[in-house]
Amino acid sequence: MPAQTARLRVNPIACSGHGVCAELLPELITLDEWGYPVLADGTVPLWLMREARRAVTDCPALALTLTSIPAVPGGRSGLSELRENTEEAQRPGRAAAGTLGT
Amino acid sequence: MSVMATSRPAPGRGIPAGEPGLPRLLPPAAQQTAADPRRSLDFAAHLARHGLPTFRGTSLIEQTGAAGLTGRGGAAFPMATKLAAVAGAGRPAIVVGNAAEGEPASSKDAALLWFAPHLVLDGLQAAAEAVGARTAYLCLHAARQTGTDLAAHIRMALADRYAAGTDRTSVALVEAPPRFLAGEETALVALINGAAARPRDKTRRVSERGVEGRPTLVQNVETLANLALIARHGAAWFRSVGTADEPGSMLCTVRDHNGRVRIVETVLGTPLHRLVWLGDDVQALLVGGYHGGWLAASVARQLSLSNADLRPAGAMIGAGVLIALPAAYCGLAETARIARSLALESAGQCGPCFNGLPAIAAALAAVAEPRPAEQELANLARWAGLVAGRGACHHPDGTVRFVASALQVFGPEITEHSRGRCTATRSDQFLPLPAAGLSESDWR
Amino acid sequence: MTSSTALWYASRATGVVALVLLTVVVVLGIMVSRRGRLPGLPKFATTSLHRSMSLLAVAFIAIHVVTAIADPYVTIGIAAAVIPFASPYKPLWLGLGAISFDMIVALIATSLARARIGRGTWRAVHWLAYACWPVAVLHGFGSSTDLRTGWLLIVTICCCAAVLAAVCWRIGTAIAAPGRALRAARALTAAELSSTGLGSAGREAADQWPDSRYRSSDHRLTGAGAR
Repeated sequence: MPAQTARLRVNPIACSGHGVCAELLPELITLDEWGYPVLADGTVPLWLMREARRAVTDCPALALTLTSIPAVPGGRSGLSELRENTEEAQRPGRAAAGTLGT
Repeated sequence: MSVMATSRPAPGRGIPAGEPGLPRLLPPAAQQTAADPRRSLDFAAHLARHGLPTFRGTSLIEQTGAAGLTGRGGAAFPMATKLAAVAGAGRPAIVVGNAAEGEPASSKDAALLWFAPHLVLDGLQAAAEAVGARTAYLCLHAARQTGTDLAAHIRMALADRYAAGTDRTSVALVEAPPRFLAGEETALVALINGAAARPRDKTRRVSERGVEGRPTLVQNVETLANLALIARHGAAWFRSVGTADEPGSMLCTVRDHNGRVRIVETVLGTPLHRLVWLGDDVQALLVGGYHGGWLAASVARQLSLSNADLRPAGAMIGAGVLIALPAAYCGLAETARIARSLALESAGQCGPCFNGLPAIAAALAAVAEPRPAEQELANLARWAGLVAGRGACHHPDGTVRFVASALQVFGPEITEHSRGRCTATRSDQFLPLPAAGLSESDWR
Repeated sequence: MTSSTALWYASRATGVVALVLLTVVVVLGIMVSRRGRLPGLPKFATTSLHRSMSLLAVAFIAIHVVTAIADPYVTIGIAAAVIPFASPYKPLWLGLGAISFDMIVALIATSLARARIGRGTWRAVHWLAYACWPVAVLHGFGSSTDLRTGWLLIVTICCCAAVLAAVCWRIGTAIAAPGRALRAARALTAAELSSTGLGSAGREAADQWPDSRYRSSDHRLTGAGAR
């Protein structure tokens, strides 16, 4: 079976800030000052997959999910491209936030 | 461009020479009076002016794709892609026309519904036919403009169309609460399904499972009106105005430095200074509403109404709101009060939003006072990076963009405040504020 | 001791242990939902213990049911384990046990399949836990005199007290928590209060600057605004 990487995602509405995920996967998840998880960018490294799966199972609110990404490049469906296009079109917020400050 | 003053209906006065090809959506300049609703409701006159549709169904989707029509509700998403996604779901679909503007500074959708109801309803029918829907909803705010009962107006238009027997899809009116987020796609779908108008998680696409679990197309009413015209005149006609990357026309809500509000139909790519007075008594221009960005007046004078110009400058067209801030006001105080209102408009679902936006608002209030505020500025920089992108909708992102642009554009004012001075001469509120909804019933 | 007596004792003993374990599970479950933390243990321990205790409780309940059915002294019948009021012996009290058992099976099954059935369904079924525990206690009380006398009565009273206290805590925090419509407003009040701590000192400084065009009272941002 080919090695598959995966991406962590938090459902921000379901998440109620229990903080269990940050304890189980501190390499990838930290808590902000209000107790909500901040996920590291990128995919989950293979050596952390087991801990990641445990964090997903143990989340009391079922807010954490792991979505598998096929190891084959270009293996994305058209619909997920639709999703990413929407997000790209609507999210210059990050870029703008980077110019903040005096 | 075609200019219509909503606060002082005065046909023919002060309206500059029309550009070729305009007005498209709004009625001709001579007929722009709010006092004569029968004119806009005249179905026969509407058909005489615009004709009958020639493109339907799949050919309409192709024409929309060739035309490059993007959403006019703020997200600017290609309409053809949405139509194809909903049509391709293979199940009976539902179309939702979105006139729940939410943004208190925007009234173009209400004006469009008042002056061209049949064009919007034509667009609704055309979209329904293209995606295979037999039910349609039109969502609007209740009596939002003072004294304008849009729902009754639309009902009269629907009655005329029913009598003429032109519509194949039934249209139901839905009243949306006056919340900033009520017009968000998933919030609107939730409202029609009977729940509160709060955004939902994006993993459940409305194009697959929306209203009543069916594939749903949610589209701004201005986009639908443009669709109705493309159905008649085709893609080449649509592209005959605007720029190559951003074709077509756009309705803008323009508030000038005197506080007067006009609805302007203009082409994309128009220089901003032709849409709103940007003389020396204007210090900054807010583009895109309260999720948009500030531009210094000197910068705005060089730019045009296109995302190609605006995005590098930290703004975007959004829903076409342009507000000119007079030099007499303090940009920081204005932004701080709006940020406070935006924090209160949070749906209260996502921790980074309902915690982060109030923190940002409180820190900005401190920056807006004439005293040093280094700690608050450092906090703002930290929170901006911490809050953006971590909500279920784009409310935190948009608010951060708005605040970040204010801190950049009003940087000299921040320096003045840190010395205990404020250059403003007026302390009343210039920008319109949303009224907070502080009980659960305010969200239904 | 006859095998019948051994089975009978085993059934009673595992029943008592199961009741205590169920009490622990319910209290831990309430602690998870209120983000409570066991002293000295990390946060994930609360949810981990809740899960392992519930599986242990199921093990004890299984032995309790099997030994009760296998005991030849009273006729209970296999069906009575899951079908309420189907037992010829004490149908009412054993029926309550069957109801409680059915609910526990539903709770465990949905929790194991949580990822597949979705959050909404899982949450809806999990509310059964609040019904399952009192039914189990009633079953224990009525099926034999064990829990009504001696030190087992004290154990039962302690279990009831623990669950009652936990439920009162749950209800109390739920009443005190702001609904979604008020969460941002609450956070805003808290943020504004914490910033006035800095603000008042800064404002006094600003009042002393000769160029200050506005005294602090003019420039204060209060209220929802001019609209």
